[in-house]
Amino acid sequence: MANIRDIRRRIRSVKNTRQITKAMKMVSAAKLRRAQERALASRPYAQMLVNVLTSAMDRADVIDPVTGSPKHPLLAVRPENNILLVLVTGDRGLAGAFNSNVLKVVTKFLQFFSDKNVDILAVGRKGRDFLRRRYPVGKAGGPERAGQTQVVGEHLNLLAKVEYESVDEIADRIAKAYVEEQIDSVYVIFNEFKSVIAQRLIAQRILPVQEIGRREVALTEEFSLEQRERMGEAARAAGISLQQPGTTEAEQEAAKFGTAPVDYIYEQPAEELFADILPRYVAMELFQGLLESVAAEHAARMTAMDSATNNANDVIDSLTLTMNRARQAAITKEIIEIVSGAAAL
Amino acid sequence: MADTLHLQIVTPDRLVVREDCVQVQIPGKNGELGILPGHAPLITELQIGEIGYRAGTTMQYLAVAWGFAEVLPDKVTILADSAERAENIDVKRAQEAKARAEEALRQAAADLDYDATLYALRRAEVRLAVAARAGQTAGAH
Repeated sequence: MANIRDIRRRIRSVKNTRQITKAMKMVSAAKLRRAQERALASRPYAQMLVNVLTSAMDRADVIDPVTGSPKHPLLAVRPENNILLVLVTGDRGLAGAFNSNVLKVVTKFLQFFSDKNVDILAVGRKGRDFLRRRYPVGKAGGPERAGQTQVVGEHLNLLAKVEYESVDEIADRIAKAYVEEQIDSVYVIFNEFKSVIAQRLIAQRILPVQEIGRREVALTEEFSLEQRERMGEAARAAGISLQQPGTTEAEQEAAKFGTAPVDYIYEQPAEELFADILPRYVAMELFQGLLESVAAEHAARMTAMDSATNNANDVIDSLTLTMNRARQAAITKEIIEIVSGAAAL
Repeated sequence: MADTLHLQIVTPDRLVVREDCVQVQIPGKNGELGILPGHAPLITELQIGEIGYRAGTTMQYLAVAWGFAEVLPDKVTILADSAERAENIDVKRAQEAKARAEEALRQAAADLDYDATLYALRRAEVRLAVAARAGQTAGAH
């Protein structure tokens, strides 16, 4: 039978661990709530962008009537030989399967496009580390490729506070490379997040722009029912709503933007307006993907820490039981010793 | 006819302004636009500049980067990459950005991204102008 003192020490240690996991769970829950709010706050803007873009598209001839090809270079569809992949993971671990889930999709994606040149841009430290171990680091748009699949850049610490301005910059660079035909298509792999129980992993194609206002999903990976249940439980315990947030008043108004049944005066030619908005639309897609990924990371960490706390509870219970048994055994032994000692007299 | 305009300014981060006002001034790409209630429907792109609006007697200003605006007789909706009120502007940062951009333009290195630098300079200037306006009105009272 184990030493009582040792068991007591272990219980104390597990209790300390539980305190940490509990705190992390609470912090993640708070961060998740904030991340959800941010994702929600960006929706009216996105909606308005889509509206103006659609109405400008109706007015402008985006397709060249002679050649039948799109006038705007971001709409041009080319055979996909050079692909840019933006991989969104977290900067930090201890988030359950969050990072490895995303990385699994990447592996699948690269298998699917194994005969193409793929440049990868890593957002988040975990994805960067994973890619660095497997693929050489190369320079985007250079004459020499480091390998068929190469890592061309990284953005660490961007996710702690996703700023539109910095995302816009990244998107600008991507759009430029696309216009210069260094790359033929752009995919983003990230964890889509509608609510805690409505999540999936997707590879979204953001360039060329095909249909405005709809996510073009190339590859998806759904969560298992079990995983979803586990996430739902953790969210309930932390008091986070499982519902997808409904449309807010601001969003309803946003939906009307630029669609009033009147004849607008266009200060600029619609073509010009369209050409200026389209890159912003691409940036917005990326921005929303990042915001969702951040929310998903916090949700995953919260779930993992909830499980860890529960497991710690179980371990403490079973250790306490073992300790009590050991103590009881020691007492019994002592009594027997006394009794048999007395009987021997 | 309506005698007020419902003004909304939206950025990717949040809804910045949602107010009824009587006059709005926006930096259209082809020049400043002053808008009063009953304006004809219009869609315009914005350039970097100041948005001003007035609900009572004093004008309030915001610094905006790129965006565009929809004007209806009783409503103005503005979409901007960023919109900052004077109190949210970091004057020191803007001054630094301005100095940096000016320095880059002076040196005119071969690999200088001229457009981007000019853009940065213009943004910093607008931020400072908006901040200065707020300082003036605060001083006047």
